[in-house]
Amino acid sequence: MRAALAILRKDLRIEWRTRESVSGLVALGVLLLVVFTIAHDPTPEQAPLLAPSVLWATFVFTGILGVQRSFLLEREQDCLSGLLLAPIDPASIFAGKLAANLVLLGAMQLIVVPLVAVLLRVDFSGVLPELTLVLTLGNLGFAAGATLFAAMAVRTRAREVLLPLLLLPLVLPVLIAGVKATQAVLAGGLATAGDALAVLVAFDVIFTVAGWLLFTYVVRD
Amino acid sequence: MPKTPVVAEGLRREFASVTVLAGVDLIVEGGECVALLGANGAGKTTLLRVLATLLRPSAGRLLLFGEDAARRPAAALARLGYVGHESACYGDLTATENLDFHAELHGVADRADRVAELIAWTGLGAAARRPVRTFSRGMMQRLALARALVHRPELLLLDEPFSGLDPQATALLEALLVELRTSGHAIVLSTHDVPRAAALATRVVMLHRGRIDWDGSGGQSAGVAIAARFDAMVAAVRRA
Repeated sequence: MRAALAILRKDLRIEWRTRESVSGLVALGVLLLVVFTIAHDPTPEQAPLLAPSVLWATFVFTGILGVQRSFLLEREQDCLSGLLLAPIDPASIFAGKLAANLVLLGAMQLIVVPLVAVLLRVDFSGVLPELTLVLTLGNLGFAAGATLFAAMAVRTRAREVLLPLLLLPLVLPVLIAGVKATQAVLAGGLATAGDALAVLVAFDVIFTVAGWLLFTYVVRD
Repeated sequence: MPKTPVVAEGLRREFASVTVLAGVDLIVEGGECVALLGANGAGKTTLLRVLATLLRPSAGRLLLFGEDAARRPAAALARLGYVGHESACYGDLTATENLDFHAELHGVADRADRVAELIAWTGLGAAARRPVRTFSRGMMQRLALARALVHRPELLLLDEPFSGLDPQATALLEALLVELRTSGHAIVLSTHDVPRAAALATRVVMLHRGRIDWDGSGGQSAGVAIAARFDAMVAAVRRA
Protein backbone atom coordinates (compact mmCIF):
# COMPACT_ATOMS: atom_id res chain seq x y z
CA MET A 1 0.00 0.00 0.00
CA ARG A 2 2.88 2.38 0.85
CA ALA A 3 4.43 1.82 -2.58
CA ALA A 4 1.09 2.19 -4.38
CA LEU A 5 0.47 5.51 -2.65
CA ALA A 6 3.99 6.70 -3.49
CA ILE A 7 3.42 5.85 -7.17
CA LEU A 8 0.01 7.57 -7.14
CA ARG A 9 1.49 10.71 -5.56
CA LYS A 10 4.36 10.69 -8.05
CA ASP A 11 2.03 10.38 -11.07
CA LEU A 12 -0.29 13.11 -9.81
CA ARG A 13 2.64 15.40 -9.05
CA ILE A 14 3.97 14.98 -12.60
CA GLU A 15 0.48 15.55 -14.03
CA TRP A 16 -0.07 18.63 -11.86
CA ARG A 17 3.27 20.01 -13.05
CA THR A 18 2.88 19.28 -16.77
CA ARG A 19 -0.91 19.01 -17.19
CA GLU A 20 -0.10 17.08 -20.36
CA SER A 21 -2.56 14.21 -19.90
CA VAL A 22 -5.55 16.15 -18.61
CA SER A 23 -5.25 18.88 -21.25
CA GLY A 24 -4.89 16.27 -24.02
CA LEU A 25 -7.80 14.20 -22.74
CA VAL A 26 -10.10 17.18 -22.32
CA ALA A 27 -9.23 18.53 -25.78
CA LEU A 28 -9.90 15.13 -27.38
CA GLY A 29 -13.06 14.69 -25.30
CA VAL A 30 -14.46 18.06 -26.39
CA LEU A 31 -13.59 17.33 -30.03
CA LEU A 32 -15.32 13.94 -29.92
CA LEU A 33 -18.39 15.45 -28.28
CA VAL A 34 -18.64 18.20 -30.87
CA VAL A 35 -18.22 15.70 -33.73
CA PHE A 36 -20.85 13.33 -32.31
CA THR A 37 -23.28 16.17 -31.65
CA ILE A 38 -22.89 17.74 -35.09
CA ALA A 39 -23.02 14.35 -36.84
CA HIS A 40 -26.28 13.31 -35.13
CA ASP A 41 -27.88 16.74 -34.60
CA PRO A 42 -30.47 15.12 -32.29
CA THR A 43 -33.90 16.50 -31.54
CA PRO A 44 -34.72 17.21 -27.86
CA GLU A 45 -36.51 13.85 -27.74
CA GLN A 46 -33.55 11.94 -29.22
CA ALA A 47 -30.89 13.60 -27.05
CA PRO A 48 -31.39 11.53 -23.86
CA LEU A 49 -31.15 8.36 -25.94
CA LEU A 50 -27.98 9.50 -27.66
CA ALA A 51 -26.20 11.00 -24.62
CA PRO A 52 -25.16 7.71 -22.95
CA SER A 53 -23.42 6.33 -26.04
CA VAL A 54 -21.74 9.69 -26.74
CA LEU A 55 -20.56 9.83 -23.12
CA TRP A 56 -19.13 6.32 -23.03
CA ALA A 57 -17.54 6.40 -26.48
CA THR A 58 -15.80 9.62 -25.45
CA PHE A 59 -14.65 8.13 -22.14
CA VAL A 60 -13.22 5.02 -23.76
CA PHE A 61 -11.27 6.79 -26.51
CA THR A 62 -9.90 9.49 -24.25
CA GLY A 63 -9.25 6.92 -21.52
CA ILE A 64 -7.06 4.82 -23.81
CA LEU A 65 -4.99 7.90 -24.58
CA GLY A 66 -4.59 8.76 -20.89
CA VAL A 67 -3.62 5.28 -19.74
CA GLN A 68 -1.15 4.92 -22.60
CA ARG A 69 0.48 8.20 -21.63
CA SER A 70 0.82 7.11 -18.00
CA PHE A 71 2.94 4.14 -19.09
CA LEU A 72 4.98 6.12 -21.60
CA LEU A 73 6.11 8.07 -18.54
CA GLU A 74 7.56 4.85 -17.13
CA ARG A 75 9.22 3.97 -20.43
CA GLU A 76 11.16 7.22 -20.67
CA GLN A 77 14.60 6.82 -19.07
CA ASP A 78 13.66 3.18 -18.27
CA CYS A 79 11.80 4.35 -15.15
CA LEU A 80 9.86 1.07 -15.04
CA SER A 81 13.14 -0.69 -14.22
CA GLY A 82 13.53 1.70 -11.28
CA LEU A 83 10.15 0.55 -9.98
CA LEU A 84 10.93 -3.13 -10.58
CA LEU A 85 14.22 -2.83 -8.68
CA ALA A 86 12.41 -1.75 -5.54
CA PRO A 87 11.65 -4.46 -2.97
CA ILE A 88 7.90 -4.16 -3.52
CA ASP A 89 5.21 -6.44 -4.90
CA PRO A 90 4.71 -5.55 -8.60
CA ALA A 91 0.98 -5.67 -7.84
CA SER A 92 1.45 -2.45 -5.87
CA ILE A 93 2.80 -0.82 -9.06
CA PHE A 94 -0.47 -1.91 -10.72
CA ALA A 95 -2.48 -0.48 -7.82
CA GLY A 96 -0.63 2.85 -7.93
CA LYS A 97 -0.96 3.23 -11.70
CA LEU A 98 -4.63 2.17 -11.57
CA ALA A 99 -5.39 4.76 -8.89
CA ALA A 100 -3.64 7.48 -10.90
CA ASN A 101 -5.55 6.50 -14.05
CA LEU A 102 -8.84 6.60 -12.12
CA VAL A 103 -8.11 10.11 -10.87
CA LEU A 104 -7.28 11.19 -14.42
CA LEU A 105 -10.48 9.67 -15.85
CA GLY A 106 -12.53 11.29 -13.08
CA ALA A 107 -10.95 14.71 -13.76
CA MET A 108 -11.70 14.39 -17.46
CA GLN A 109 -15.31 13.38 -16.75
CA LEU A 110 -15.80 16.38 -14.48
CA ILE A 111 -15.37 18.51 -17.59
CA VAL A 112 -16.90 16.24 -20.24
CA VAL A 113 -20.19 15.37 -18.45
CA PRO A 114 -21.33 19.02 -18.05
CA LEU A 115 -20.36 19.62 -21.68
CA VAL A 116 -22.59 16.73 -22.78
CA ALA A 117 -25.40 18.28 -20.77
CA VAL A 118 -24.91 21.60 -22.57
CA LEU A 119 -24.30 20.31 -26.11
CA LEU A 120 -27.04 17.65 -26.08
CA ARG A 121 -29.36 19.63 -23.78
CA VAL A 122 -29.69 16.73 -21.32
CA ASP A 123 -30.51 17.42 -17.69
CA PHE A 124 -28.27 15.35 -15.37
CA SER A 125 -28.99 17.45 -12.28
CA GLY A 126 -31.68 15.15 -10.87
CA VAL A 127 -29.72 11.93 -11.34
CA LEU A 128 -26.20 12.92 -10.29
CA PRO A 129 -25.74 10.31 -7.50
CA GLU A 130 -26.92 7.47 -9.78
CA LEU A 131 -24.82 8.73 -12.69
CA THR A 132 -21.77 9.01 -10.41
CA LEU A 133 -22.25 5.39 -9.32
CA VAL A 134 -22.46 4.15 -12.91
CA LEU A 135 -19.43 6.20 -13.97
CA THR A 136 -17.40 4.99 -10.98
CA LEU A 137 -18.17 1.33 -11.71
CA GLY A 138 -17.44 1.77 -15.42
CA ASN A 139 -14.22 3.69 -14.74
CA LEU A 140 -12.87 0.98 -12.44
CA GLY A 141 -13.44 -1.86 -14.92
CA PHE A 142 -12.11 0.13 -17.84
CA ALA A 143 -9.08 1.53 -15.99
CA ALA A 144 -8.11 -1.86 -14.51
CA GLY A 145 -8.19 -3.54 -17.94
CA ALA A 146 -6.47 -0.60 -19.62
CA THR A 147 -3.73 -0.43 -16.96
CA LEU A 148 -2.90 -4.12 -17.39
CA PHE A 149 -2.86 -4.01 -21.18
CA ALA A 150 -1.03 -0.68 -21.37
CA ALA A 151 1.79 -2.19 -19.30
CA MET A 152 1.96 -4.99 -21.85
CA ALA A 153 1.68 -2.78 -24.94
CA VAL A 154 4.20 -0.17 -23.82
CA ARG A 155 7.04 -2.69 -24.18
CA THR A 156 6.26 -3.25 -27.84
CA ARG A 157 7.16 -1.19 -30.89
CA ALA A 158 3.58 -0.94 -32.15
CA ARG A 159 2.31 0.25 -28.77
CA GLU A 160 0.03 3.03 -30.13
CA VAL A 161 -1.88 0.52 -32.27
CA LEU A 162 -1.60 -2.51 -30.01
CA LEU A 163 -3.33 -1.08 -26.93
CA PRO A 164 -6.64 -0.18 -28.65
CA LEU A 165 -6.54 -3.46 -30.60
CA LEU A 166 -6.10 -5.52 -27.42
CA LEU A 167 -8.28 -3.45 -25.15
CA LEU A 168 -11.36 -2.46 -27.14
CA PRO A 169 -12.74 -5.99 -27.66
CA LEU A 170 -12.18 -6.77 -23.98
CA VAL A 171 -13.83 -3.63 -22.60
CA LEU A 172 -16.78 -3.88 -24.98
CA PRO A 173 -18.99 -5.46 -22.26
CA VAL A 174 -18.06 -2.58 -19.91
CA LEU A 175 -18.91 -0.07 -22.65
CA ILE A 176 -22.28 -1.71 -23.43
CA ALA A 177 -23.18 -2.11 -19.76
CA GLY A 178 -22.14 1.49 -19.08
CA VAL A 179 -24.37 2.78 -21.90
CA LYS A 180 -27.35 0.67 -20.77
CA ALA A 181 -26.96 1.69 -17.12
CA THR A 182 -26.68 5.38 -18.08
CA GLN A 183 -29.78 5.07 -20.29
CA ALA A 184 -31.65 3.57 -17.35
CA VAL A 185 -30.48 6.39 -15.08
CA LEU A 186 -31.68 9.03 -17.55
CA ALA A 187 -34.98 7.18 -18.03
CA GLY A 188 -35.82 7.40 -14.37
CA GLY A 189 -33.55 5.43 -12.10
CA LEU A 190 -31.35 2.44 -11.45
CA ALA A 191 -34.26 0.06 -10.82
CA THR A 192 -34.18 -1.20 -14.42
CA ALA A 193 -30.37 -1.24 -14.63
CA GLY A 194 -29.78 -4.30 -12.47
CA ASP A 195 -28.29 -6.47 -15.21
CA ALA A 196 -26.06 -3.70 -16.55
CA LEU A 197 -24.79 -2.88 -13.05
CA ALA A 198 -24.11 -6.56 -12.40
CA VAL A 199 -22.02 -6.73 -15.60
CA LEU A 200 -20.09 -3.60 -14.53
CA VAL A 201 -19.39 -5.04 -11.07
CA ALA A 202 -18.36 -8.40 -12.55
CA PHE A 203 -15.88 -6.78 -14.94
CA ASP A 204 -14.56 -4.54 -12.15
CA VAL A 205 -13.76 -7.67 -10.15
CA ILE A 206 -12.38 -9.65 -13.12
CA PHE A 207 -10.08 -6.91 -14.44
CA THR A 208 -8.90 -5.76 -11.01
CA VAL A 209 -8.08 -9.27 -9.82
CA ALA A 210 -6.50 -10.19 -13.18
CA GLY A 211 -4.39 -7.03 -13.09
CA TRP A 212 -3.33 -7.64 -9.51
CA LEU A 213 -2.30 -11.24 -10.22
CA LEU A 214 -0.87 -10.91 -13.74
CA PHE A 215 0.91 -7.56 -13.60
CA THR A 216 4.12 -9.11 -12.31
CA TYR A 217 4.31 -11.37 -15.41
CA VAL A 218 3.39 -8.56 -17.78
CA VAL A 219 6.00 -6.03 -16.67
CA ARG A 220 8.98 -8.35 -16.37
CA ASP A 221 10.90 -9.14 -19.52
CA MET B 1 27.69 -15.80 8.21
CA PRO B 2 26.92 -13.33 5.38
CA LYS B 3 25.55 -14.89 2.20
CA THR B 4 27.49 -14.60 -1.05
CA PRO B 5 25.99 -11.65 -2.98
CA VAL B 6 26.07 -13.33 -6.42
CA VAL B 7 26.14 -17.00 -7.34
CA ALA B 8 25.34 -17.53 -11.03
CA GLU B 9 25.40 -20.99 -12.56
CA GLY B 10 25.04 -21.63 -16.28
CA LEU B 11 23.16 -18.41 -17.02
CA ARG B 12 21.82 -18.36 -20.55
CA ARG B 13 19.71 -15.73 -22.23
CA GLU B 14 18.31 -15.78 -25.73
CA PHE B 15 16.49 -13.02 -27.58
CA ALA B 16 14.43 -14.74 -30.29
CA SER B 17 17.05 -16.93 -31.98
CA VAL B 18 20.07 -14.90 -30.82
CA THR B 19 22.04 -16.30 -27.88
CA VAL B 20 23.44 -13.39 -25.86
CA LEU B 21 24.50 -15.29 -22.74
CA ALA B 22 25.71 -18.81 -23.45
CA GLY B 23 26.25 -20.22 -19.98
CA VAL B 24 27.86 -17.81 -17.51
CA ASP B 25 29.15 -19.06 -14.15
CA LEU B 26 30.08 -16.24 -11.80
CA ILE B 27 30.50 -15.91 -8.06
CA VAL B 28 30.97 -12.47 -6.53
CA GLU B 29 31.87 -12.23 -2.86
CA GLY B 30 31.50 -9.23 -0.57
CA GLY B 31 34.53 -6.93 -0.84
CA GLU B 32 35.09 -7.81 -4.49
CA CYS B 33 34.96 -5.33 -7.34
CA VAL B 34 34.50 -7.24 -10.58
CA ALA B 35 35.03 -5.40 -13.86
CA LEU B 36 33.28 -6.89 -16.88
CA LEU B 37 35.17 -6.27 -20.07
CA GLY B 38 34.18 -7.26 -23.56
CA ALA B 39 33.65 -6.02 -27.07
CA ASN B 40 30.27 -4.55 -28.08
CA GLY B 41 27.67 -7.32 -28.05
CA ALA B 42 29.67 -9.57 -25.74
CA GLY B 43 26.73 -9.75 -23.30
CA LYS B 44 27.85 -7.36 -20.53
CA THR B 45 24.61 -5.37 -20.34
CA THR B 46 22.45 -8.50 -20.58
CA LEU B 47 24.45 -10.16 -17.80
CA LEU B 48 24.07 -7.11 -15.55
CA ARG B 49 20.31 -6.92 -16.25
CA VAL B 50 19.94 -10.62 -15.44
CA LEU B 51 21.92 -10.14 -12.21
CA ALA B 52 19.64 -7.20 -11.37
CA THR B 53 16.56 -9.46 -11.92
CA LEU B 54 15.35 -7.15 -14.69
CA LEU B 55 15.74 -9.93 -17.25
CA ARG B 56 14.81 -13.53 -16.67
CA PRO B 57 17.53 -15.98 -17.72
CA SER B 58 16.42 -18.50 -20.36
CA ALA B 59 18.28 -21.18 -18.38
CA GLY B 60 20.60 -21.42 -15.40
CA ARG B 61 20.33 -20.45 -11.78
CA LEU B 62 20.98 -17.18 -9.99
CA LEU B 63 21.22 -16.77 -6.25
CA LEU B 64 21.37 -13.28 -4.75
CA PHE B 65 22.47 -13.29 -1.11
CA GLY B 66 21.54 -16.99 -1.05
CA GLU B 67 18.01 -16.49 -2.37
CA ASP B 68 16.67 -17.69 -5.70
CA ALA B 69 16.47 -14.57 -7.89
CA ALA B 70 13.71 -16.10 -10.06
CA ARG B 71 11.27 -15.32 -7.25
CA ARG B 72 12.51 -11.69 -7.02
CA PRO B 73 12.98 -11.93 -3.24
CA ALA B 74 12.31 -8.56 -1.67
CA ALA B 75 15.07 -9.05 0.88
CA ALA B 76 17.65 -9.53 -1.89
CA LEU B 77 16.30 -6.62 -3.97
CA ALA B 78 16.62 -4.38 -0.91
CA ARG B 79 20.36 -5.11 -0.89
CA LEU B 80 20.92 -4.49 -4.61
CA GLY B 81 21.57 -1.23 -6.49
CA TYR B 82 21.68 -0.99 -10.28
CA VAL B 83 22.63 1.72 -12.75
CA GLY B 84 21.87 0.99 -16.38
CA HIS B 85 22.27 3.00 -19.55
CA GLU B 86 19.32 5.20 -18.57
CA SER B 87 18.83 7.02 -15.30
CA ALA B 88 15.42 5.57 -14.28
CA CYS B 89 14.60 9.09 -13.06
CA TYR B 90 11.49 11.06 -14.04
CA GLY B 91 12.21 14.08 -16.23
CA ASP B 92 9.43 16.21 -14.78
CA LEU B 93 10.48 15.67 -11.15
CA THR B 94 13.41 17.40 -9.51
CA ALA B 95 16.54 15.54 -8.38
CA THR B 96 15.35 15.73 -4.77
CA GLU B 97 11.87 14.45 -5.65
CA ASN B 98 13.31 11.56 -7.69
CA LEU B 99 15.60 10.46 -4.88
CA ASP B 100 12.87 10.87 -2.28
CA PHE B 101 10.49 8.76 -4.39
CA HIS B 102 12.99 5.91 -4.72
CA ALA B 103 13.90 6.17 -1.02
CA GLU B 104 10.21 5.82 -0.17
CA LEU B 105 9.83 2.76 -2.43
CA HIS B 106 12.82 1.19 -0.67
CA GLY B 107 11.45 2.04 2.75
CA VAL B 108 14.46 4.18 3.74
CA ALA B 109 13.83 5.35 7.30
CA ASP B 110 15.86 8.60 7.24
CA ARG B 111 14.66 9.69 3.79
CA ALA B 112 15.21 13.42 4.04
CA ASP B 113 18.71 13.08 5.53
CA ARG B 114 19.72 10.40 3.03
CA VAL B 115 18.49 12.45 0.06
CA ALA B 116 20.30 15.56 1.31
CA GLU B 117 23.47 13.51 1.84
CA LEU B 118 23.36 12.13 -1.71
CA ILE B 119 22.56 15.50 -3.27
CA ALA B 120 25.63 16.91 -1.51
CA TRP B 121 27.76 13.90 -2.55
CA THR B 122 26.81 14.24 -6.22
CA GLY B 123 27.41 18.00 -6.20
CA LEU B 124 23.90 18.57 -7.58
CA GLY B 125 22.93 20.97 -4.78
CA ALA B 126 22.51 24.00 -7.04
CA ALA B 127 20.33 22.05 -9.46
CA ALA B 128 18.47 19.93 -6.92
CA ARG B 129 15.17 21.74 -7.41
CA ARG B 130 15.26 21.79 -11.21
CA PRO B 131 13.34 19.23 -13.28
CA VAL B 132 15.93 16.64 -14.24
CA ARG B 133 14.81 16.93 -17.88
CA THR B 134 17.07 20.00 -17.94
CA PHE B 135 20.14 18.06 -16.70
CA SER B 136 23.20 17.33 -18.82
CA ARG B 137 24.28 13.73 -19.49
CA GLY B 138 26.87 13.89 -16.71
CA MET B 139 24.42 15.35 -14.17
CA MET B 140 21.91 12.65 -15.09
CA GLN B 141 24.53 9.95 -14.56
CA ARG B 142 25.42 11.34 -11.13
CA LEU B 143 21.73 11.35 -10.21
CA ALA B 144 21.37 7.76 -11.45
CA LEU B 145 24.24 6.74 -9.18
CA ALA B 146 22.63 8.52 -6.24
CA ARG B 147 19.34 6.74 -7.00
CA ALA B 148 21.08 3.37 -6.98
CA LEU B 149 22.75 4.18 -3.65
CA VAL B 150 19.72 5.70 -1.91
CA HIS B 151 18.94 2.53 0.08
CA ARG B 152 22.60 1.77 0.91
CA PRO B 153 22.83 -1.45 -1.15
CA GLU B 154 25.47 -4.10 -0.43
CA LEU B 155 25.67 -5.21 -4.08
CA LEU B 156 26.16 -2.58 -6.79
CA LEU B 157 25.66 -3.44 -10.47
CA LEU B 158 26.90 -0.65 -12.70
CA ASP B 159 26.63 -0.63 -16.49
CA GLU B 160 29.33 1.72 -17.82
CA PRO B 161 29.06 4.03 -14.81
CA PHE B 162 31.82 6.40 -15.94
CA SER B 163 30.06 7.19 -19.21
CA GLY B 164 29.31 10.92 -19.46
CA LEU B 165 31.03 11.87 -16.20
CA ASP B 166 33.45 14.78 -16.07
CA PRO B 167 36.89 14.23 -14.45
CA GLN B 168 35.70 15.56 -11.09
CA ALA B 169 32.69 13.22 -10.99
CA THR B 170 34.83 10.34 -12.24
CA ALA B 171 37.25 10.82 -9.36
CA LEU B 172 34.32 11.02 -6.96
CA LEU B 173 32.88 7.76 -8.23
CA GLU B 174 36.25 6.00 -8.16
CA ALA B 175 36.75 7.07 -4.56
CA LEU B 176 33.27 5.88 -3.65
CA LEU B 177 33.78 2.49 -5.31
CA VAL B 178 37.07 1.99 -3.46
CA GLU B 179 35.39 2.99 -0.19
CA LEU B 180 32.45 0.63 -0.78
CA ARG B 181 34.71 -2.24 -1.80
CA THR B 182 36.97 -1.88 1.23
CA SER B 183 33.93 -1.77 3.51
CA GLY B 184 32.81 -5.18 2.22
CA HIS B 185 30.34 -4.26 -0.55
CA ALA B 186 30.28 -6.28 -3.75
CA ILE B 187 30.52 -4.37 -7.03
CA VAL B 188 30.09 -5.59 -10.59
CA LEU B 189 30.69 -2.97 -13.26
CA SER B 190 31.02 -3.03 -17.01
CA THR B 191 33.36 -0.68 -18.81
CA HIS B 192 35.34 -0.24 -22.01
CA ASP B 193 38.07 1.59 -20.12
CA VAL B 194 40.66 -1.17 -19.60
CA PRO B 195 43.25 0.80 -17.56
CA ARG B 196 40.54 2.07 -15.19
CA ALA B 197 39.04 -1.42 -14.86
CA ALA B 198 42.44 -2.89 -14.08
CA ALA B 199 43.22 -0.20 -11.51
CA LEU B 200 39.86 -0.23 -9.76
CA ALA B 201 38.79 -3.87 -9.84
CA THR B 202 39.99 -6.71 -7.65
CA ARG B 203 38.98 -9.05 -10.44
CA VAL B 204 38.55 -8.70 -14.19
CA VAL B 205 36.15 -10.89 -16.14
CA MET B 206 36.24 -10.82 -19.95
CA LEU B 207 33.10 -11.80 -21.81
CA HIS B 208 33.26 -13.08 -25.36
CA ARG B 209 30.13 -14.15 -27.25
CA GLY B 210 28.17 -14.62 -24.07
CA ARG B 211 30.76 -16.74 -22.27
CA ILE B 212 33.46 -15.92 -19.75
CA ASP B 213 36.64 -15.95 -21.78
CA TRP B 214 39.02 -14.93 -19.00
CA ASP B 215 38.72 -14.42 -15.27
CA GLY B 216 41.72 -13.05 -13.40
CA SER B 217 42.94 -10.67 -10.74
CA GLY B 218 42.77 -6.92 -11.21
CA GLY B 219 45.07 -4.28 -9.77
CA GLN B 220 47.62 -1.88 -11.21
CA SER B 221 50.26 -4.58 -11.62
CA ALA B 222 48.00 -6.72 -13.79
CA GLY B 223 47.05 -3.79 -16.04
CA VAL B 224 49.44 -4.51 -18.89
CA ALA B 225 48.53 -8.20 -19.07
CA ILE B 226 44.78 -7.39 -18.95
CA ALA B 227 45.15 -4.80 -21.72
CA ALA B 228 47.04 -7.27 -23.91
CA ARG B 229 44.45 -9.97 -23.32
CA PHE B 230 41.60 -7.54 -24.05
CA ASP B 231 43.24 -6.28 -27.26
CA ALA B 232 43.71 -9.87 -28.44
CA MET B 233 40.06 -10.64 -27.74
CA VAL B 234 38.79 -7.55 -29.58
CA ALA B 235 41.08 -8.35 -32.51
CA ALA B 236 39.64 -11.88 -32.61
CA VAL B 237 36.10 -10.44 -32.68
CA ARG B 238 37.03 -8.14 -35.60
CA ARG B 239 38.60 -11.01 -37.55
CA ALA B 240 35.52 -13.22 -37.07
